[in-house]
Amino acid sequence: MSTTGSRGLKPKHQRLVLLVIALVALVGAGLLAAYALRNQASYFYVPADIAAAPPQPGQSIRLGGMVENGSITTAADGVTVEFVVQDGQARVPVSYTGIVPALFVEGSGVVAEGAMRADGVFIADNLLAKHDENYMPRELEGMSSAELREELQESMSGPSE
Amino acid sequence: MHGFANPARFLKIAKWLTVPLLVGGLVISSAAVLWGLTQVPPDRLMGETVRILFVHVPAAWLGMGGWTTIAIASLVELVWRHPLAAIAARAAAVPGAVFTAICLVTGSIWGRPTWGTWWVWDGRLTSMLVLLFLYFGYIALSSSLAREGQSSRIAAIFGLVGAINIPIINRSVVWWNSLHQPPSITMGQSSIDPVFLWPLLIATLGFSLLFGGVVLARMRAILADIQAEARLRRKALQAEELAA
Repeated sequence: MSTTGSRGLKPKHQRLVLLVIALVALVGAGLLAAYALRNQASYFYVPADIAAAPPQPGQSIRLGGMVENGSITTAADGVTVEFVVQDGQARVPVSYTGIVPALFVEGSGVVAEGAMRADGVFIADNLLAKHDENYMPRELEGMSSAELREELQESMSGPSE
Repeated sequence: MHGFANPARFLKIAKWLTVPLLVGGLVISSAAVLWGLTQVPPDRLMGETVRILFVHVPAAWLGMGGWTTIAIASLVELVWRHPLAAIAARAAAVPGAVFTAICLVTGSIWGRPTWGTWWVWDGRLTSMLVLLFLYFGYIALSSSLAREGQSSRIAAIFGLVGAINIPIINRSVVWWNSLHQPPSITMGQSSIDPVFLWPLLIATLGFSLLFGGVVLARMRAILADIQAEARLRRKALQAEELAA
């Protein structure tokens, strides 16, 4: 295949065009594969997925979402916690017996491994805490933005404490 | 850029740059990490473990940056046949793999106290592990091609094909539900408090300088190796002619 004649394309540019076509095809294939994997590659189901397509009782799945505020209760045995996982559209009650991770708090993310019981309660064998993308020091939590700015200027100008 | 096609000129500049980059990178990154370890307040949820951020995140960025370097150098090699491009790609592979490994190890150590697990097979962690294996494959392929004295074009194609993993790593936490949190820094917006963000950015600058210094040092070593090889071959030829 010699294109140097008629179109006068330099070999350098011919290679560039070929490579760009190959790269576009490659990225397209990668994106298609990723799109096809959309559901399979998700690490957990959210409550809305469970509401839309309820899994078989006893089938092992992972359930992820936010721990509903005010929903955590500890049972009389002291090691069983019950709480509600929600995603803004649906809610799933969860029961877990064991030690909860340090980051497991109300209003925070959680991933529970386990299975649905016939009565619609999710029985978790394992709890993983999901951290959100916000990083904030303890002292600044709940401050107004004006207070925040003041505090920051202080901490930037000299060592605190 | 073609001014650097002459390795002699490149070598002169690289020789001058290597030590300042390595020393500067070492000083800046250790200062930033020390700052992160001693001066930064604990996070509201994660507490003291947030300090791993200042090693984990720059290592992740540079692990991905290393493969981006390989991909760009491979493109330059294939299209423009630049003599230094193949050497730059080979030189970036080992530091890139080391940063990826650091990212995986620190992430695992961080995951245990915060998430409650050392490892999960979610999109972000899995695609990052794939990147490490891609590095291993690239290093094995490119060094065996160099040892056999063959063209590095196959390695360059591998470098370009493997680059598809980089946007997948980047988007993995957006496309798929994952245990790893979504990106904190997007389009100039950051949900990382400036108290954590500044040492993070400075640590990234320091690690980047270190990365650059290591790449230049390795490029010089590879060039010296090629020169020594050529000289030996010439000597052997001369000896043969004398004997004949």
